[in-house]
Amino acid sequence: MNSKVDFAPAPLMPPLQPVYAMGWLTLFKKEVLRFWKVSFQTIAAPVLTSVLYLLVFGHVLDSRVEVSPGVSYTAFLIPGLVMMSVLQNAFANSSSSLIQSKIMGNLVFILLTPLSHWGWFLAYVGSSLVRGLAVGLGVFIITALFAMPHFEAPIFMLLFAFLGAGLMGVLGLIAGLWAEKFDQMAVFQNFIVMPMTFLAGVFYSVHSLSGFWQVISHFNPFFYMIDGFRYGFFGSSDVSPWLSLGVVGTTFVLASALALHLLKIGYKIRN
Amino acid sequence: MSAISFQSVSKTYDTPRGLLTALSHVSFDIQEGEFFGLLGPNGAGKTTLISVLAGLARATHGRILVQGADVQTDYAQARRRLGVVPQELVFDPFFSVREALRIQSGYFGIKNNDAWIDELLESLGLTDKANANLRQLSGGMKRRVLVAQALVHRPAIIVLDEPTAGVDVELRQTLWQFIAKLNKQGHTVLLTTHYLDEAEALCHRIAMLKQGEVVALERTSDLLAQASGNVLRFKLDGELPADLAAQARVTGRIVQMQVHNAADIETRLAAVREAGLVAEDIEVRKADLEDVFISVMNAVQRKKHEFQG
Repeated sequence: MNSKVDFAPAPLMPPLQPVYAMGWLTLFKKEVLRFWKVSFQTIAAPVLTSVLYLLVFGHVLDSRVEVSPGVSYTAFLIPGLVMMSVLQNAFANSSSSLIQSKIMGNLVFILLTPLSHWGWFLAYVGSSLVRGLAVGLGVFIITALFAMPHFEAPIFMLLFAFLGAGLMGVLGLIAGLWAEKFDQMAVFQNFIVMPMTFLAGVFYSVHSLSGFWQVISHFNPFFYMIDGFRYGFFGSSDVSPWLSLGVVGTTFVLASALALHLLKIGYKIRN
Repeated sequence: MSAISFQSVSKTYDTPRGLLTALSHVSFDIQEGEFFGLLGPNGAGKTTLISVLAGLARATHGRILVQGADVQTDYAQARRRLGVVPQELVFDPFFSVREALRIQSGYFGIKNNDAWIDELLESLGLTDKANANLRQLSGGMKRRVLVAQALVHRPAIIVLDEPTAGVDVELRQTLWQFIAKLNKQGHTVLLTTHYLDEAEALCHRIAMLKQGEVVALERTSDLLAQASGNVLRFKLDGELPADLAAQARVTGRIVQMQVHNAADIETRLAAVREAGLVAEDIEVRKADLEDVFISVMNAVQRKKHEFQG
Protein backbone atom coordinates (compact mmCIF):
# COMPACT_ATOMS: atom_id res chain seq x y z
CA MET A 1 0.00 0.00 0.00
CA ASN A 2 1.21 3.55 -0.72
CA SER A 3 2.48 5.59 2.16
CA LYS A 4 -0.31 8.04 1.43
CA VAL A 5 -3.84 6.77 1.02
CA ASP A 6 -6.10 8.95 -1.06
CA PHE A 7 -9.43 9.02 0.61
CA ALA A 8 -12.46 9.67 -1.50
CA PRO A 9 -14.14 13.06 -1.23
CA ALA A 10 -17.48 13.57 0.51
CA PRO A 11 -20.13 10.95 -0.34
CA LEU A 12 -21.20 11.01 -3.96
CA MET A 13 -24.62 9.84 -2.95
CA PRO A 14 -26.25 12.94 -1.50
CA PRO A 15 -28.07 12.47 1.77
CA LEU A 16 -31.82 12.77 1.50
CA GLN A 17 -33.40 16.02 2.52
CA PRO A 18 -35.98 15.03 5.07
CA VAL A 19 -38.27 16.93 7.39
CA TYR A 20 -36.75 15.79 10.65
CA ALA A 21 -39.35 17.41 12.84
CA MET A 22 -41.96 15.01 11.48
CA GLY A 23 -40.15 11.90 12.72
CA TRP A 24 -42.41 11.70 15.78
CA LEU A 25 -45.42 11.07 13.53
CA THR A 26 -43.84 7.84 12.32
CA LEU A 27 -43.19 6.72 15.88
CA PHE A 28 -46.78 7.62 16.74
CA LYS A 29 -48.12 5.58 13.80
CA LYS A 30 -45.83 2.69 14.66
CA GLU A 31 -47.08 2.69 18.24
CA VAL A 32 -50.71 2.72 17.05
CA LEU A 33 -49.97 -0.11 14.60
CA ARG A 34 -48.31 -2.07 17.38
CA PHE A 35 -51.50 -2.35 19.43
CA TRP A 36 -53.77 -2.42 16.38
CA LYS A 37 -52.05 -5.55 15.04
CA VAL A 38 -53.03 -7.35 18.23
CA SER A 39 -56.34 -5.52 18.73
CA PHE A 40 -58.12 -8.65 19.89
CA GLN A 41 -55.98 -8.57 22.98
CA THR A 42 -55.54 -4.81 23.34
CA ILE A 43 -59.06 -3.59 22.53
CA ALA A 44 -61.61 -6.40 22.33
CA ALA A 45 -60.52 -8.13 25.56
CA PRO A 46 -60.75 -5.06 27.84
CA VAL A 47 -64.10 -4.12 26.26
CA LEU A 48 -65.46 -7.58 27.07
CA THR A 49 -64.20 -7.36 30.68
CA SER A 50 -66.01 -4.08 31.24
CA VAL A 51 -69.21 -5.32 29.67
CA LEU A 52 -69.12 -8.34 32.00
CA TYR A 53 -68.81 -6.00 35.00
CA LEU A 54 -71.87 -4.14 33.82
CA LEU A 55 -73.89 -7.30 33.26
CA VAL A 56 -73.05 -8.84 36.63
CA PHE A 57 -73.17 -5.79 38.90
CA GLY A 58 -76.03 -4.21 36.97
CA HIS A 59 -78.08 -7.37 37.26
CA VAL A 60 -77.45 -7.80 40.98
CA LEU A 61 -77.72 -4.19 42.08
CA ASP A 62 -80.05 -2.41 39.65
CA SER A 63 -83.21 -3.15 41.63
CA ARG A 64 -81.61 -2.44 45.02
CA VAL A 65 -79.53 0.69 44.56
CA GLU A 66 -80.55 4.11 43.36
CA VAL A 67 -77.46 6.26 43.44
CA SER A 68 -79.28 9.55 43.12
CA PRO A 69 -82.91 10.29 42.33
CA GLY A 70 -83.78 9.15 38.81
CA VAL A 71 -80.34 7.59 38.14
CA SER A 72 -80.38 3.79 38.02
CA TYR A 73 -77.31 1.85 39.14
CA THR A 74 -76.61 0.64 35.60
CA ALA A 75 -76.75 4.20 34.26
CA PHE A 76 -74.44 5.32 37.06
CA LEU A 77 -72.02 2.49 36.42
CA ILE A 78 -71.55 3.11 32.68
CA PRO A 79 -69.45 6.31 32.80
CA GLY A 80 -67.32 4.81 35.56
CA LEU A 81 -66.62 1.66 33.56
CA VAL A 82 -65.89 3.64 30.39
CA MET A 83 -63.42 5.86 32.22
CA MET A 84 -61.80 2.93 34.04
CA SER A 85 -61.17 1.25 30.68
CA VAL A 86 -59.78 4.45 29.20
CA LEU A 87 -57.38 4.94 32.10
CA GLN A 88 -56.15 1.37 32.43
CA ASN A 89 -55.58 0.90 28.71
CA ALA A 90 -53.87 4.23 28.18
CA PHE A 91 -51.46 3.28 30.95
CA ALA A 92 -50.99 -0.24 29.62
CA ASN A 93 -50.10 1.02 26.14
CA SER A 94 -47.08 3.21 26.74
CA SER A 95 -45.80 1.17 29.69
CA SER A 96 -45.94 -2.23 27.99
CA SER A 97 -44.59 -0.94 24.68
CA LEU A 98 -41.56 0.58 26.39
CA ILE A 99 -40.78 -2.35 28.65
CA GLN A 100 -41.11 -4.77 25.71
CA SER A 101 -38.81 -2.70 23.52
CA LYS A 102 -36.32 -2.41 26.35
CA ILE A 103 -36.26 -6.13 27.02
CA MET A 104 -36.31 -7.15 23.34
CA GLY A 105 -33.58 -4.59 22.71
CA ASN A 106 -35.31 -3.03 19.73
CA LEU A 107 -35.60 0.31 21.51
CA VAL A 108 -32.14 0.87 20.01
CA PHE A 109 -33.75 1.63 16.63
CA ILE A 110 -35.46 4.66 18.17
CA LEU A 111 -32.49 5.62 20.34
CA LEU A 112 -30.29 5.89 17.23
CA THR A 113 -32.56 8.46 15.55
CA PRO A 114 -32.52 12.24 15.86
CA LEU A 115 -35.96 12.19 17.54
CA SER A 116 -36.09 14.71 20.39
CA HIS A 117 -37.59 14.12 23.83
CA TRP A 118 -40.67 15.98 22.63
CA GLY A 119 -40.96 13.57 19.71
CA TRP A 120 -40.84 10.56 22.03
CA PHE A 121 -43.33 12.19 24.38
CA LEU A 122 -45.88 13.08 21.69
CA ALA A 123 -45.65 9.64 20.07
CA TYR A 124 -45.95 7.51 23.20
CA VAL A 125 -48.57 9.65 24.92
CA GLY A 126 -50.50 10.18 21.68
CA SER A 127 -50.72 6.47 20.89
CA SER A 128 -51.75 5.69 24.48
CA LEU A 129 -54.49 8.28 24.15
CA VAL A 130 -55.74 6.59 20.98
CA ARG A 131 -55.75 3.14 22.60
CA GLY A 132 -57.46 4.39 25.78
CA LEU A 133 -60.14 6.23 23.84
CA ALA A 134 -60.66 3.32 21.43
CA VAL A 135 -61.33 0.92 24.30
CA GLY A 136 -63.46 3.52 26.08
CA LEU A 137 -65.52 4.07 22.95
CA GLY A 138 -66.00 0.31 22.55
CA VAL A 139 -67.21 -0.05 26.13
CA PHE A 140 -69.46 2.97 25.71
CA ILE A 141 -71.12 1.75 22.52
CA ILE A 142 -71.91 -1.69 23.91
CA THR A 143 -73.03 -0.55 27.36
CA ALA A 144 -75.22 2.16 25.83
CA LEU A 145 -77.38 -0.68 24.50
CA PHE A 146 -78.30 -1.51 28.12
CA ALA A 147 -78.99 1.99 29.34
CA MET A 148 -78.73 4.96 27.02
CA PRO A 149 -77.01 7.64 29.07
CA HIS A 150 -77.71 11.34 28.78
CA PHE A 151 -75.11 13.95 28.03
CA GLU A 152 -75.63 16.90 30.32
CA ALA A 153 -72.20 18.44 29.73
CA PRO A 154 -70.51 16.74 26.75
CA ILE A 155 -67.60 19.20 26.74
CA PHE A 156 -66.61 18.05 30.23
CA MET A 157 -67.05 14.46 29.18
CA LEU A 158 -64.60 14.85 26.29
CA LEU A 159 -62.24 17.01 28.29
CA PHE A 160 -61.89 14.44 31.06
CA ALA A 161 -61.65 11.54 28.64
CA PHE A 162 -58.73 13.18 26.79
CA LEU A 163 -57.02 14.53 29.87
CA GLY A 164 -57.39 11.26 31.76
CA ALA A 165 -56.10 9.16 28.86
CA GLY A 166 -53.24 11.62 28.32
CA LEU A 167 -52.27 11.59 32.00
CA MET A 168 -52.27 7.79 32.13
CA GLY A 169 -50.24 7.65 28.92
CA VAL A 170 -47.68 9.92 30.60
CA LEU A 171 -47.63 7.82 33.78
CA GLY A 172 -47.25 4.68 31.68
CA LEU A 173 -44.32 6.31 29.90
CA ILE A 174 -42.63 7.09 33.23
CA ALA A 175 -43.28 3.56 34.53
CA GLY A 176 -41.97 2.09 31.26
CA LEU A 177 -38.75 4.08 31.53
CA TRP A 178 -38.28 3.14 35.17
CA ALA A 179 -39.09 -0.58 35.07
CA GLU A 180 -36.38 -3.02 34.07
CA LYS A 181 -38.38 -6.24 34.25
CA PHE A 182 -41.90 -7.37 33.43
CA ASP A 183 -42.26 -8.14 37.15
CA GLN A 184 -41.79 -4.53 38.15
CA MET A 185 -44.30 -3.46 35.54
CA ALA A 186 -46.81 -5.97 36.87
CA VAL A 187 -46.41 -4.43 40.33
CA PHE A 188 -47.30 -1.03 38.90
CA GLN A 189 -50.23 -2.40 36.95
CA ASN A 190 -51.75 -4.66 39.62
CA PHE A 191 -50.88 -2.93 42.87
CA ILE A 192 -51.19 0.74 41.93
CA VAL A 193 -53.19 1.41 38.78
CA MET A 194 -55.78 -1.35 39.22
CA PRO A 195 -56.68 -0.70 42.91
CA MET A 196 -56.62 3.07 42.53
CA THR A 197 -59.02 3.01 39.59
CA PHE A 198 -61.19 0.43 41.33
CA LEU A 199 -61.39 2.50 44.50
CA ALA A 200 -61.98 5.78 42.70
CA GLY A 201 -65.74 5.55 42.68
CA VAL A 202 -66.31 3.48 39.57
CA PHE A 203 -68.81 1.22 41.32
CA TYR A 204 -70.16 3.59 43.96
CA SER A 205 -70.60 7.23 44.81
CA VAL A 206 -68.01 8.25 47.39
CA HIS A 207 -70.87 9.99 49.26
CA SER A 208 -72.02 6.54 50.26
CA LEU A 209 -68.74 5.95 52.11
CA SER A 210 -68.12 6.61 55.79
CA GLY A 211 -66.21 9.79 56.71
CA PHE A 212 -62.74 8.26 56.84
CA TRP A 213 -62.92 6.52 53.48
CA GLN A 214 -64.53 9.53 51.91
CA VAL A 215 -61.54 11.66 52.97
CA ILE A 216 -59.09 9.05 51.70
CA SER A 217 -60.89 8.93 48.34
CA HIS A 218 -60.32 12.64 47.89
CA PHE A 219 -56.57 12.02 47.86
CA ASN A 220 -56.88 9.59 44.99
CA PRO A 221 -56.27 11.45 41.70
CA PHE A 222 -58.21 8.78 39.81
CA PHE A 223 -61.30 9.80 41.75
CA TYR A 224 -61.24 13.25 40.11
CA MET A 225 -60.88 11.82 36.61
CA ILE A 226 -63.87 9.54 37.06
CA ASP A 227 -65.98 12.06 38.97
CA GLY A 228 -65.34 14.79 36.39
CA PHE A 229 -66.10 12.41 33.55
CA ARG A 230 -69.34 11.37 35.20
CA TYR A 231 -70.34 15.02 35.57
CA GLY A 232 -70.31 15.18 31.78
CA PHE A 233 -73.13 12.61 31.76
CA PHE A 234 -75.33 13.58 34.69
CA GLY A 235 -74.52 17.24 35.25
CA SER A 236 -73.97 16.39 38.90
CA SER A 237 -71.01 14.89 40.72
CA ASP A 238 -69.45 14.28 44.13
CA VAL A 239 -67.18 17.33 43.86
CA SER A 240 -67.24 20.36 41.58
CA PRO A 241 -66.07 19.48 38.03
CA TRP A 242 -63.86 22.58 38.14
CA LEU A 243 -62.02 21.19 41.14
CA SER A 244 -61.61 17.89 39.32
CA LEU A 245 -60.37 19.70 36.22
CA GLY A 246 -57.86 21.60 38.34
CA VAL A 247 -56.53 18.46 40.03
CA VAL A 248 -56.33 16.40 36.84
CA GLY A 249 -54.91 19.28 34.79
CA THR A 250 -52.22 20.07 37.35
CA THR A 251 -51.26 16.42 37.70
CA PHE A 252 -51.04 16.15 33.92
CA VAL A 253 -48.72 19.15 33.65
CA LEU A 254 -46.47 17.96 36.50
CA ALA A 255 -46.29 14.37 35.24
CA SER A 256 -45.56 15.59 31.69
CA ALA A 257 -42.75 17.82 32.94
CA LEU A 258 -41.23 14.86 34.76
CA ALA A 259 -41.60 12.54 31.74
CA LEU A 260 -40.04 15.10 29.39
CA HIS A 261 -37.15 15.59 31.80
CA LEU A 262 -36.53 11.83 32.08
CA LEU A 263 -36.61 11.48 28.28
CA LYS A 264 -34.23 14.40 27.88
CA ILE A 265 -31.62 12.95 30.23
CA GLY A 266 -32.19 9.47 28.79
CA TYR A 267 -33.16 8.07 32.20
CA LYS A 268 -32.34 4.33 32.19
CA ILE A 269 -32.27 4.24 28.38
CA ARG A 270 -29.03 6.09 27.64
CA ASN A 271 -26.88 5.10 30.60
CA MET B 1 -12.82 18.33 9.33
CA SER B 2 -12.64 14.78 10.64
CA ALA B 3 -15.52 12.41 10.08
CA ILE B 4 -15.29 11.38 13.72
CA SER B 5 -13.18 12.98 16.41
CA PHE B 6 -12.84 11.20 19.76
CA GLN B 7 -11.48 13.71 22.27
CA SER B 8 -10.26 12.26 25.55
CA VAL B 9 -13.33 10.07 25.97
CA SER B 10 -13.62 8.33 29.34
CA LYS B 11 -16.41 6.21 30.67
CA THR B 12 -16.68 4.79 34.17
CA TYR B 13 -19.51 2.68 35.50
CA ASP B 14 -20.64 2.64 39.09
CA THR B 15 -20.88 -1.05 39.95
CA PRO B 16 -21.56 -2.70 43.31
CA ARG B 17 -17.87 -3.66 43.38
CA GLY B 18 -16.70 -0.11 42.84
CA LEU B 19 -15.89 2.05 39.84
CA LEU B 20 -15.28 0.22 36.60
CA THR B 21 -13.30 2.06 33.93
CA ALA B 22 -14.56 1.04 30.51
CA LEU B 23 -12.77 3.80 28.57
CA SER B 24 -9.83 5.88 29.62
CA HIS B 25 -8.99 9.09 27.72
CA VAL B 26 -9.52 7.66 24.25
CA SER B 27 -8.45 10.18 21.61
CA PHE B 28 -8.16 9.74 17.86
CA ASP B 29 -9.66 11.05 14.64
CA ILE B 30 -11.14 9.21 11.68
CA GLN B 31 -10.86 11.01 8.36
CA GLU B 32 -13.58 11.42 5.75
CA GLY B 33 -13.72 8.44 3.44
CA GLU B 34 -11.56 6.25 5.63
CA PHE B 35 -12.21 2.56 6.29
CA PHE B 36 -11.21 2.37 9.93
CA GLY B 37 -10.85 -0.71 12.12
CA LEU B 38 -11.30 -0.80 15.87
CA LEU B 39 -9.80 -3.97 17.32
CA GLY B 40 -9.38 -5.38 20.78
CA PRO B 41 -10.22 -8.36 22.92
CA ASN B 42 -13.64 -8.79 24.55
CA GLY B 43 -14.21 -6.18 27.23
CA ALA B 44 -11.64 -3.79 25.76
CA GLY B 45 -14.26 -1.06 25.41
CA LYS B 46 -15.01 -1.20 21.66
CA THR B 47 -18.76 -1.43 22.06
CA THR B 48 -18.76 1.14 24.86
CA LEU B 49 -16.94 3.58 22.59
CA ILE B 50 -19.47 2.98 19.81
CA SER B 51 -22.36 3.35 22.27
CA VAL B 52 -21.08 6.75 23.37
CA LEU B 53 -20.60 7.73 19.72
CA ALA B 54 -24.15 6.66 18.83
CA GLY B 55 -25.74 8.35 21.85
CA LEU B 56 -26.70 5.06 23.53
CA ALA B 57 -24.47 5.94 26.48
CA ARG B 58 -22.95 9.08 27.91
CA ALA B 59 -19.24 9.76 28.29
CA THR B 60 -18.12 10.50 31.84
CA HIS B 61 -15.49 12.81 30.41
CA GLY B 62 -14.43 14.12 27.01
CA ARG B 63 -16.48 14.53 23.87
CA ILE B 64 -17.05 13.12 20.41
CA LEU B 65 -17.65 15.16 17.26
CA VAL B 66 -19.30 13.72 14.16
CA GLN B 67 -18.39 15.95 11.22
CA GLY B 68 -18.10 18.71 13.78
CA ALA B 69 -21.40 17.98 15.54
CA ASP B 70 -21.12 17.12 19.24
CA VAL B 71 -22.93 13.84 19.93
CA GLN B 72 -24.35 15.24 23.18
CA THR B 73 -25.22 18.86 22.54
CA ASP B 74 -25.96 18.56 18.81
CA TYR B 75 -27.24 15.00 18.85
CA ALA B 76 -29.77 15.37 16.02
CA GLN B 77 -27.09 16.53 13.55
CA ALA B 78 -24.68 13.85 14.74
CA ARG B 79 -27.19 10.99 14.55
CA ARG B 80 -28.45 11.79 11.07
CA ARG B 81 -24.86 11.45 9.84
CA LEU B 82 -24.32 8.11 11.54
CA GLY B 83 -25.63 4.74 10.46
CA VAL B 84 -25.05 2.30 13.28
CA VAL B 85 -25.39 -1.48 12.97
CA PRO B 86 -25.76 -2.74 16.53
CA GLN B 87 -23.96 -5.85 17.69
CA GLU B 88 -27.00 -7.51 19.26
CA LEU B 89 -29.35 -9.26 16.86
CA VAL B 90 -32.42 -7.22 17.75
CA PHE B 91 -35.67 -6.83 15.81
CA ASP B 92 -39.25 -5.67 16.19
CA PRO B 93 -41.49 -8.76 15.96
CA PHE B 94 -44.55 -6.77 14.91
CA PHE B 95 -43.35 -5.87 11.44
CA SER B 96 -42.18 -7.17 8.08
CA VAL B 97 -38.78 -6.27 6.62
CA ARG B 98 -40.20 -3.56 4.37
CA GLU B 99 -42.37 -2.13 7.13
CA ALA B 100 -39.38 -1.99 9.47
CA LEU B 101 -37.33 -0.13 6.85
CA ARG B 102 -40.13 2.31 6.09
CA ILE B 103 -40.60 3.00 9.79
CA GLN B 104 -36.89 3.53 10.28
CA SER B 105 -36.89 6.01 7.36
CA GLY B 106 -39.80 7.81 8.95
CA TYR B 107 -37.94 8.29 12.24
CA PHE B 108 -35.44 10.32 10.23
CA GLY B 109 -38.28 12.27 8.64
CA ILE B 110 -37.89 10.60 5.25
CA LYS B 111 -41.02 9.85 3.27
CA ASN B 112 -41.33 7.82 0.07
CA ASN B 113 -38.01 6.08 0.51
CA ASP B 114 -38.99 2.94 -1.43
CA ALA B 115 -36.52 3.36 -4.28
CA TRP B 116 -33.60 3.41 -1.86
CA ILE B 117 -35.14 0.66 0.28
CA ASP B 118 -35.43 -1.54 -2.83
CA GLU B 119 -31.78 -0.89 -3.62
CA LEU B 120 -30.77 -1.81 -0.08
CA LEU B 121 -32.83 -5.00 -0.21
CA GLU B 122 -31.30 -5.91 -3.54
CA SER B 123 -27.72 -5.22 -2.47
CA LEU B 124 -28.13 -7.26 0.70
CA GLY B 125 -29.93 -10.16 -0.96
CA LEU B 126 -33.17 -9.49 0.90
CA THR B 127 -35.53 -8.81 -2.00
CA ASP B 128 -37.50 -12.04 -1.66
CA LYS B 129 -37.80 -11.55 2.11
CA ALA B 130 -39.19 -8.01 1.85
CA ASN B 131 -42.66 -9.02 3.03
CA ALA B 132 -41.63 -11.67 5.52
CA ASN B 133 -42.13 -10.95 9.20
CA LEU B 134 -38.86 -10.44 11.05
CA ARG B 135 -39.69 -13.30 13.42
CA GLN B 136 -39.53 -15.77 10.52
CA LEU B 137 -36.02 -14.81 9.41
CA SER B 138 -32.85 -16.71 10.23
CA GLY B 139 -30.09 -15.05 12.23
CA GLY B 140 -28.09 -14.19 9.12
CA MET B 141 -31.12 -12.62 7.46
CA LYS B 142 -31.89 -10.58 10.58
CA ARG B 143 -28.30 -9.33 10.49
CA ARG B 144 -28.81 -8.14 6.91
CA VAL B 145 -31.95 -6.28 7.95
CA LEU B 146 -29.96 -4.56 10.72
CA VAL B 147 -27.50 -3.34 8.10
CA ALA B 148 -30.32 -2.10 5.87
CA GLN B 149 -31.97 -0.33 8.82
CA ALA B 150 -28.74 1.49 9.58
CA LEU B 151 -28.52 2.77 6.01
CA VAL B 152 -32.09 3.94 5.29
CA HIS B 153 -31.15 7.58 5.80
CA ARG B 154 -27.97 7.35 3.66
CA PRO B 155 -25.60 8.27 6.46
CA ALA B 156 -22.18 9.70 5.58
CA ILE B 157 -20.61 7.49 8.25
CA ILE B 158 -21.32 3.79 8.68
CA VAL B 159 -20.55 2.13 12.00
CA LEU B 160 -20.51 -1.66 12.14
CA ASP B 161 -20.13 -3.33 15.54
CA GLU B 162 -18.99 -6.91 14.89
CA PRO B 163 -21.28 -7.34 11.90
CA THR B 164 -19.91 -10.76 10.95
CA ALA B 165 -20.11 -12.43 14.35
CA GLY B 166 -21.82 -15.79 13.77
CA VAL B 167 -22.50 -15.07 10.12
CA ASP B 168 -22.03 -17.50 7.23
CA VAL B 169 -19.48 -17.08 4.45
CA GLU B 170 -22.00 -15.99 1.84
CA LEU B 171 -23.33 -13.11 3.90
CA ARG B 172 -19.83 -12.00 4.79
CA GLN B 173 -19.01 -11.79 1.09
CA THR B 174 -22.22 -9.91 0.23
CA LEU B 175 -21.80 -7.57 3.17
CA TRP B 176 -18.17 -6.66 2.51
CA GLN B 177 -18.77 -6.12 -1.20
CA PHE B 178 -21.59 -3.76 -0.39
CA ILE B 179 -19.76 -1.88 2.38
CA ALA B 180 -16.62 -1.60 0.23
CA LYS B 181 -18.75 -0.14 -2.56
CA LEU B 182 -20.24 2.45 -0.20
CA ASN B 183 -16.74 3.26 1.06
CA LYS B 184 -15.57 3.80 -2.54
CA GLN B 185 -18.47 6.19 -3.02
CA GLY B 186 -17.09 8.23 -0.16
CA HIS B 187 -18.81 6.89 2.94
CA THR B 188 -16.61 6.66 6.01
CA VAL B 189 -16.68 3.23 7.67
CA LEU B 190 -15.88 2.38 11.29
CA LEU B 191 -15.69 -1.34 11.90
CA THR B 192 -15.11 -3.47 14.96
CA THR B 193 -14.42 -7.13 14.41
CA HIS B 194 -12.76 -10.16 15.90
CA TYR B 195 -11.85 -11.44 12.45
CA LEU B 196 -8.42 -9.95 11.93
CA ASP B 197 -8.16 -11.16 8.34
CA GLU B 198 -11.19 -8.99 7.56
CA ALA B 199 -9.62 -5.99 9.22
CA GLU B 200 -6.36 -6.59 7.38
CA ALA B 201 -8.12 -6.82 4.03
CA LEU B 202 -10.50 -3.88 4.46
CA CYS B 203 -9.17 -1.25 6.85
CA HIS B 204 -6.89 1.63 5.89
CA ARG B 205 -6.10 2.34 9.50
CA ILE B 206 -6.50 0.47 12.75
CA ALA B 207 -6.80 1.38 16.41
CA MET B 208 -6.31 -1.31 19.03
CA LEU B 209 -7.98 -1.00 22.39
CA LYS B 210 -7.09 -2.81 25.54
CA GLN B 211 -8.75 -2.28 28.91
CA GLY B 212 -10.27 0.97 27.70
CA GLU B 213 -7.05 2.47 26.36
CA VAL B 214 -5.73 2.96 22.84
CA VAL B 215 -2.60 0.81 22.64
CA ALA B 216 -1.95 1.11 18.90
CA LEU B 217 -3.10 3.54 16.23
CA GLU B 218 -1.52 3.13 12.82
CA ARG B 219 -2.00 2.47 9.14
CA THR B 220 -2.66 -1.18 8.53
CA SER B 221 0.40 -1.34 6.28
CA ASP B 222 2.63 0.12 9.00
CA LEU B 223 1.25 -2.29 11.57
CA LEU B 224 1.97 -5.20 9.24
CA ALA B 225 5.49 -3.87 8.67
CA GLN B 226 6.03 -4.17 12.42
CA ALA B 227 5.46 -7.84 12.11
CA SER B 228 9.05 -8.32 11.17
CA GLY B 229 10.07 -11.90 10.82
CA ASN B 230 8.03 -14.95 10.20
CA VAL B 231 5.89 -17.45 11.91
CA LEU B 232 6.84 -21.09 12.24
CA ARG B 233 3.76 -23.27 12.20
CA PHE B 234 3.49 -27.01 12.74
CA LYS B 235 1.19 -29.68 14.11
CA LEU B 236 1.99 -31.72 17.15
CA ASP B 237 0.50 -34.80 18.79
CA GLY B 238 1.89 -34.26 22.29
CA GLU B 239 2.34 -31.72 25.04
CA LEU B 240 4.74 -28.90 24.17
CA PRO B 241 7.56 -28.39 26.72
CA ALA B 242 6.81 -25.51 29.08
CA ASP B 243 9.65 -23.21 27.96
CA LEU B 244 8.54 -23.52 24.33
CA ALA B 245 4.86 -23.20 25.15
CA ALA B 246 5.55 -19.83 26.79
CA GLN B 247 6.66 -18.41 23.41
CA ALA B 248 4.07 -20.19 21.31
CA ARG B 249 0.46 -19.81 20.38
CA VAL B 250 -1.24 -23.18 20.63
CA THR B 251 -4.59 -23.88 19.00
CA GLY B 252 -5.46 -27.55 19.45
CA ARG B 253 -2.78 -29.41 17.54
CA ILE B 254 -1.49 -26.29 15.79
CA VAL B 255 1.55 -24.56 17.25
CA GLN B 256 2.70 -21.14 16.00
CA MET B 257 5.73 -19.17 17.09
CA GLN B 258 7.66 -16.09 15.99
CA VAL B 259 11.03 -16.80 14.34
CA HIS B 260 13.56 -14.39 12.87
CA ASN B 261 16.03 -16.55 10.97
CA ALA B 262 16.97 -20.07 10.00
CA ALA B 263 18.92 -20.65 13.23
CA ASP B 264 15.78 -19.75 15.18
CA ILE B 265 13.80 -22.36 13.29
CA GLU B 266 16.44 -25.01 13.87
CA THR B 267 16.61 -24.37 17.63
CA ARG B 268 12.86 -24.60 18.02
CA LEU B 269 12.50 -27.75 16.02
CA ALA B 270 15.45 -29.28 17.83
CA ALA B 271 13.80 -28.55 21.16
CA VAL B 272 10.65 -30.30 19.94
CA ARG B 273 12.68 -33.34 18.85
CA GLU B 274 14.54 -33.49 22.16
CA ALA B 275 11.20 -33.57 23.95
CA GLY B 276 10.53 -36.75 22.02
CA LEU B 277 7.84 -35.20 19.83
CA VAL B 278 7.36 -35.20 16.07
CA ALA B 279 6.40 -31.95 14.34
CA GLU B 280 4.21 -32.45 11.27
CA ASP B 281 3.07 -30.20 8.40
CA ILE B 282 5.81 -27.70 9.09
CA GLU B 283 5.56 -24.37 7.33
CA VAL B 284 6.98 -20.88 7.65
CA ARG B 285 4.73 -17.98 6.79
CA LYS B 286 4.84 -14.17 6.85
CA ALA B 287 3.50 -12.71 10.08
CA ASP B 288 -0.01 -11.28 9.67
CA LEU B 289 -2.25 -8.88 11.55
CA GLU B 290 -3.21 -11.53 14.07
CA ASP B 291 0.45 -11.93 15.06
CA VAL B 292 0.81 -8.16 15.41
CA PHE B 293 -2.36 -8.02 17.45
CA ILE B 294 -1.14 -10.68 19.82
CA SER B 295 2.29 -9.13 20.23
CA VAL B 296 0.76 -5.68 20.88
CA MET B 297 -1.61 -7.11 23.47
CA ASN B 298 1.18 -9.05 25.18
CA ALA B 299 3.49 -6.03 25.17
CA VAL B 300 0.82 -4.02 26.98
CA GLN B 301 0.38 -6.83 29.47
CA ARG B 302 4.13 -6.93 30.18
CA LYS B 303 4.33 -3.16 30.59
CA LYS B 304 1.48 -3.28 33.08
CA HIS B 305 3.23 -5.98 35.08
CA GLU B 306 6.50 -4.06 35.13
CA PHE B 307 4.64 -0.98 36.21
CA GLN B 308 2.93 -2.81 39.03
CA GLY B 309 6.10 -4.67 40.03
